[in-house]
Amino acid sequence: MKLQTSIMAFAAVVVTVGSAAAQTEIEFWHAFTGANGDRLAGQAEAFNASQSDYVVTPSHKGNYSETLNAGIAAFRAGEQPHMLMVFEVGTATMMAAGGAIKPVYEVMADSGIDWDPNVYIGAVKGYYTTPDGEMLSMPYNSSTPVLWVNRNKFEEAGLDPDMDLSTWQKVDEALTQLKDAGVDCPLVTAWQSWVHLENFSAYHDVPFATKENGFGGTDTELAFNGEAQVAHVAKMGEWAKDGKFIYTGRRNEGGANFRAGECALFTESSAGYGGISTEAEFDFDIRPLPYWAGQGNAPQNTIIGGASLWVMAGHDPEEYKGVAEYLKFLSSPEVQAQWHQDSGYLPITAEASELTRSQGFYDSNPGTDIAVIQMTAKEPTGNSKGLRLGSFDQIRGIIDEELEGVWAGDKTAKEALDSAVERGNALLRRFEQSTR
Amino acid sequence: MEKRVTFKGIWLPLLLATPQMLITAIFFFYPAGQAVWQSLFIPDPFGLSMQWVGLGNFEFLLSDPYYRASFATTAVFSILVTLVSMGVALYLAVLADRLIKGSGTYRTLLIWPYAVAPAVAGVLWLFMFNTRVGVVTWYLGQLGYDWNHVLNEGEAMGLVVVASSWGRISYNFLFFLAGLQAIPKSVIEAAAIDGARFWTRFRTIVFPLLSPTTFFLLVVNIVYAFFETFGVIHTITSGGPQQATTILVYKVYADGFVGQDLGSSAAQSVILLVIVGILTIIQFKFIERRVHY
Repeated sequence: MKLQTSIMAFAAVVVTVGSAAAQTEIEFWHAFTGANGDRLAGQAEAFNASQSDYVVTPSHKGNYSETLNAGIAAFRAGEQPHMLMVFEVGTATMMAAGGAIKPVYEVMADSGIDWDPNVYIGAVKGYYTTPDGEMLSMPYNSSTPVLWVNRNKFEEAGLDPDMDLSTWQKVDEALTQLKDAGVDCPLVTAWQSWVHLENFSAYHDVPFATKENGFGGTDTELAFNGEAQVAHVAKMGEWAKDGKFIYTGRRNEGGANFRAGECALFTESSAGYGGISTEAEFDFDIRPLPYWAGQGNAPQNTIIGGASLWVMAGHDPEEYKGVAEYLKFLSSPEVQAQWHQDSGYLPITAEASELTRSQGFYDSNPGTDIAVIQMTAKEPTGNSKGLRLGSFDQIRGIIDEELEGVWAGDKTAKEALDSAVERGNALLRRFEQSTR
Repeated sequence: MEKRVTFKGIWLPLLLATPQMLITAIFFFYPAGQAVWQSLFIPDPFGLSMQWVGLGNFEFLLSDPYYRASFATTAVFSILVTLVSMGVALYLAVLADRLIKGSGTYRTLLIWPYAVAPAVAGVLWLFMFNTRVGVVTWYLGQLGYDWNHVLNEGEAMGLVVVASSWGRISYNFLFFLAGLQAIPKSVIEAAAIDGARFWTRFRTIVFPLLSPTTFFLLVVNIVYAFFETFGVIHTITSGGPQQATTILVYKVYADGFVGQDLGSSAAQSVILLVIVGILTIIQFKFIERRVHY
């Protein structure tokens, strides 16, 4: 990746030197490696080749946290890039840093280029938009959790792989049957807080935090110790005790178990498609995330995970124009559709989704449209627009710790969630104070 | 009679000491001072504003039962890492010291793990004990033991202690071996002639004569366990399960770099600084008295 970055940087220099008119360089710091890193670099190359005024130079700065820290450190030193990739949980941190960022809607308006914020899918855009509808950052890679099914495991256990798994009630029955049939790993999950609390809350239209999950102000308080969430975590605790739910770790460790064909069901991001489709040596299905029938307004819509592109403050108007051009380029249906199909991330515009459908991608790759449908089936409510909570990466850590207490049988669901809320609120108060 | 060499005047000694003082000031006092200063504020991550909170950060930390629990975790972890890494190193050094043939090879091989960075060591151990594909996990499974450090707090602590001690054993081994070889053979031979067996000789002669080395390693290893084991914790457990392996320095990282809470992170650094200072004073005051130079 380093080598590649330097080759690209070198290429950029050559291009700059080679062309008669001086080109404006746009720095773009990101957190992608591997196949997605190559795709990201490919987008920049395509943009650079498409016009001669600007050169976008992507640089990899480590994982999401490291990239955010690199951006922060660079800003403090006055060396910030033009664009910075920030994961969704860093949104509140970036928003609060009014003097450090330039909102995307402003970048677009100042550049004078033709740009319509309404082309973006509401559930994606909403996460990065103020309550007044002003878009602060550009959604880049977005995904949402779905249910992955290992059809072979179902058949081995004597279950119909096409059985209804739309609700957790049905899944509960399936888990019991799988366990009784001797399956060692009936259910595994990735990103437990994201799937089983954050998305769970949105999907059931119950608050994760007050003030519209923090959209209404930094004086928000966590509220995920409500009845619906406690019931769900308690049930998962029971499954963990009975060996029906296998806990593998805080991140996406469970993916290895599922891809190796050990687990029957897996709750994971829709962006897991790339890895699962290449590695799985069994038939798999993508199903919508299950919900508890009769609980809240389920199914509402699920929310996104992933990252968006923030424009940093302190650059020249000419450079911002280049940034605006690039953001517009990234939003075009062709670029988006390609990105969506290659990476498994959601398309950020409805047009890109339509284009993908008309190209026949969804027909030849069944299930890849589930995530889009799941997110866009209903207009988002105050509980399902997304989350905007300060110190949220750390709050997730607290949630992980407390959930581990439940899976290990040390705490009840109620105790764990109450404790997570209390500890998380202390961090929210500190964040509130830091933004004053 | 005073035999030390002394300088006349003040300027030459001052000049000679200046580089050292400058380095200490720039690389130690300045950052430490910054940490103390920052610990009195709640800054926003981008450095756009700072809220004066006085001792508020310390109050916030010390009223948090999870932070207080982290002291106990750190104590257990540091003691275990120090005991394991020094104990095993001493054992190996005593064995290597008695070797007549091939001791060079043994020494070289035993020193190798020291070259492995803590984070890489963490990944290596994690692979062996991976709950799904780990070799050791598989063997334990054959013996009927279900290894799961992802949920079992004791196993998680055991794993990070072993992973942290492993590379350290090489370092300690080197010092112990050098210390053993510095002990005059005549003393040991005299004891042997008097009829003292190996264990008696070790207890009454070798170990006491080794005490300067042991003391030095004790200080260095505790500092190591406090500060440098971060990489191992980060790669193996991220402080979990629950908070079983969240040692103080890991929390400094988590609050500072994950939470962007620089005020709390700075306050924790100051607390760590004070703890290690106190520990070192205790060691020099009380343990050093029993050291025979």
